[in-house]
Amino acid sequence: MSAKHAFSRRTFLSLSAAVAASAAAWPALRPARPVRGSILEPGMTATHSFCEICFWKCGIDVWKNAEGRVVQITGQAGHPLSNGRLCPRGTGGMGQLYDPDRIRQPMLRRGDTWQTVSWDEALGFTAERMQALKARHGAESMATITHGTGAGFIRHLMQAYGASTFSAPSYAQCRGPRDVAFELTFGAGAGSPEITDIENATFMVFLGTHLGENMHNTQVQEFARAVGRGTELVVVDPRFSVAAGKARYWLPIKPGTDLALLLAWMRLLLDEGTYNKPFVERHCVGLEPLRAALTPYTPEWAYTQTGIDPAVIREIGRKLGMHGPTALIHPGRRTNWYGDDTQRVRAVAILNALLGNWGHRGGFFSGHRINLGKVATPPYPPTRKALDALARRHWPLADEIPTQFLRDHTLAGDDPAIKGWMVYGTDLLNNIPDKDKTIATLKSLELLVVIDVLPIELTGWADVVLPEATYLERYDDLHAPTWKVPYVALRQPVVEPLYDSKPAWWMARQLGRRLGLDAWFPWNDVEEYLQARLRTAGLSLAELRRDGTHVQQAPPPYTDAPRFNTPSGKVELFSTRLKALGFDPVPVFTPPSEAPPGFFRLLIGRAPVHSFGRTTNNRVLGELMPENVLWVNAIAAREFGLAPGQAVRLVNQDGVRSRPIKVKVTERIRPDCVYMVHGFGRDTEKMAFANGRGTADNDLLTRVHTDPIMGATSTNTNFVTIERKASA
Amino acid sequence: MFKKIRYVMAIETAKCVGCGACVFACKQENDVPVGFARDWVEQEVHGTYPVLSMENRSQRCQHCDRPPCVYACPTGASHVGPGGITLVDGDLCTGCKACIAACPYDARYVTSRGVVDKCTFCAHRVAQGMEPACVAVCPTSCLHFGDANDPNGEVAGLLATRRHRRQKTHLGTEPQLYWLD
Repeated sequence: MSAKHAFSRRTFLSLSAAVAASAAAWPALRPARPVRGSILEPGMTATHSFCEICFWKCGIDVWKNAEGRVVQITGQAGHPLSNGRLCPRGTGGMGQLYDPDRIRQPMLRRGDTWQTVSWDEALGFTAERMQALKARHGAESMATITHGTGAGFIRHLMQAYGASTFSAPSYAQCRGPRDVAFELTFGAGAGSPEITDIENATFMVFLGTHLGENMHNTQVQEFARAVGRGTELVVVDPRFSVAAGKARYWLPIKPGTDLALLLAWMRLLLDEGTYNKPFVERHCVGLEPLRAALTPYTPEWAYTQTGIDPAVIREIGRKLGMHGPTALIHPGRRTNWYGDDTQRVRAVAILNALLGNWGHRGGFFSGHRINLGKVATPPYPPTRKALDALARRHWPLADEIPTQFLRDHTLAGDDPAIKGWMVYGTDLLNNIPDKDKTIATLKSLELLVVIDVLPIELTGWADVVLPEATYLERYDDLHAPTWKVPYVALRQPVVEPLYDSKPAWWMARQLGRRLGLDAWFPWNDVEEYLQARLRTAGLSLAELRRDGTHVQQAPPPYTDAPRFNTPSGKVELFSTRLKALGFDPVPVFTPPSEAPPGFFRLLIGRAPVHSFGRTTNNRVLGELMPENVLWVNAIAAREFGLAPGQAVRLVNQDGVRSRPIKVKVTERIRPDCVYMVHGFGRDTEKMAFANGRGTADNDLLTRVHTDPIMGATSTNTNFVTIERKASA
Repeated sequence: MFKKIRYVMAIETAKCVGCGACVFACKQENDVPVGFARDWVEQEVHGTYPVLSMENRSQRCQHCDRPPCVYACPTGASHVGPGGITLVDGDLCTGCKACIAACPYDARYVTSRGVVDKCTFCAHRVAQGMEPACVAVCPTSCLHFGDANDPNGEVAGLLATRRHRRQKTHLGTEPQLYWLD
């Protein structure tokens, strides 16, 4: 009998007597033998840490059995982001640790072949080539592209080296437009984790935000509580998302017209005088110019753009006014949709301001954080920050370097010439549009260093590949974000690194030594570093290793005296800053371009069991969702003669053909759009599970509009037609 | 008077997002082999575009009060455990699949070892005063487990105050999964 079947009939009989004798709420059900894999199995131990399967960074308890194998990951009870609960991706995180396709050893390119080498040799090679690059072209010729918690160590190393060019696709290919729009309006970003008090909102509007498929644990926890309490929800999405399924109003808006809807709501609040007058009078500037700019935008006009019934627009607008500061227009996260995204999210921000929910319960909370000190090091070598300045010449409010711009600049060989890339944890061939151009750039580099856990396509172009230990095998920097309660969480190794993989901190430290940068690393071991940082907050590493998370008491995260770090010190409904730069100070609607006949607009999103391409090779998670499918409306499917499960190819407006993808025929999407989950369609045999499963949307994103304000690249501006034969 | 313990699950479908965390948690806690699951998510969509409704349901064995699987089992492997939990004794199971044929909820599967397996309500955890793994992990807290006969318990309160339904009640199986509206 396997341990799975934990009760024998004999045991049952004896237990029944025990039950009868006991009035306890939980009867003494005793399994005949331990259940294998259960956290109750003898010898099972838990280590506190935090997750890295996505960027939310939930507290986790990682369970190891007596043989030392990680068999379970559960939510850490004392961590404010997980509250003892966990999303499916985090639960299946050991699939990354035990991924048989992991990079096992450092590798050097030798002509056309790879050679596995020792760390000594790999780091020696890297340092030598970096020094040579510095001698030949200057340290600023080396660019750094990163994502994830370990990035801090790599960035520190590169700054000490003298590099000045840093980029992350999480900016121009994700949340950049939102952050810039919120900065312009409120003088502060929407945060990560977002500072949205979803739990206490009484009325919510989601624009494309698909919580539930987008499994940011805490947001989903709060969302479910809000739904359970009967919070009215408006979901604006061309697709009937899971969130839409819970909404009082689902508005299957014509894609690309959200701004028209937002403008109509703003005008309605002003016309009917239902905006939050005390908040606006006290905290906002530019009401009258805003009012004037909104004149054309009636609900009837919005109907002509969005296809949404003006009566419904009015009804929702009135409810927004009624709920006021406890109504929340969710800021979204990945907001690079159409190339005019900063202005759309500006409208989201302005509408929230008219509700007066900044700092308010049920709106954007005023969070707390533990300010941990840094480990003192000498100042970094001065740099020109030349590429930042160049990027701002194109996009005046680009407060980071858009990664596609770094690529284009590198390929063009423009001054300052970029000759080398240090890439950490960034899946560049699947997240930057125009893959061919990215490949051409990779070919042109004198030095490409790739640090990753998995042999992603990018590693194939590298000069040196450094295998990183997974988040379950390493220390990382502390995590102490702004949240409802101030806290600091620790990531610590649960098991020794498998194979010959190493943590980012170790690589940075070792390269620092080889590059003669010891002064910037006044520590040899990361534990010293962490201890030094914790000491600044009166904490100890031993304590945090034991508890996982340290949470401090704080007053409720609300304020009626919010401060705004804008030029005027107020919420800028009308942006003088945008005006001075020649942009619309109040968002102006421009209709999106239309699909050619026979084409669908291609939309992308997320699934609850995957974090983009990071998890598609995770066999634990892949069991539930091994590939993405193409959502096609039932009427459209009939017209195109498509059957459910049929494999098709997509061809975009520029003639680019996708790899095969299976059709999901559904009522849950507008007939003029198709949809797929991002992250699939791996194209490397080295990732054996993911290879060839599903399709990569990034291959089809060749028509890109760039946000003129901050440089984000659009995704939803591509159109596809469906080729019924999947064969080549 | 002492009342018998009656373990039930009350599920708030309105909260469920169908994410599948319950499936992974169960598979790990019970070492369920690849290709099998003791719980799963059903997503039911009604209507035609654009008038639609959706329900997500985290499904599992219904631990029926009148369990057809137990009645159908020729060896006594399928049996009712304490608290009304329906269990399978792998030692006694011959893998004849009579229970699978009898179960109207499709809750059972045959493992590669040839014996039948299914949800146990994590009886081993319940014995220690813990919730089943699926209940513990759920980010939406849509799953509630407990003794329906404990008048002070959470599920008794939910069942007393919330409208609910059960599945395939016409079959007379008296399922113990309650779907709260």
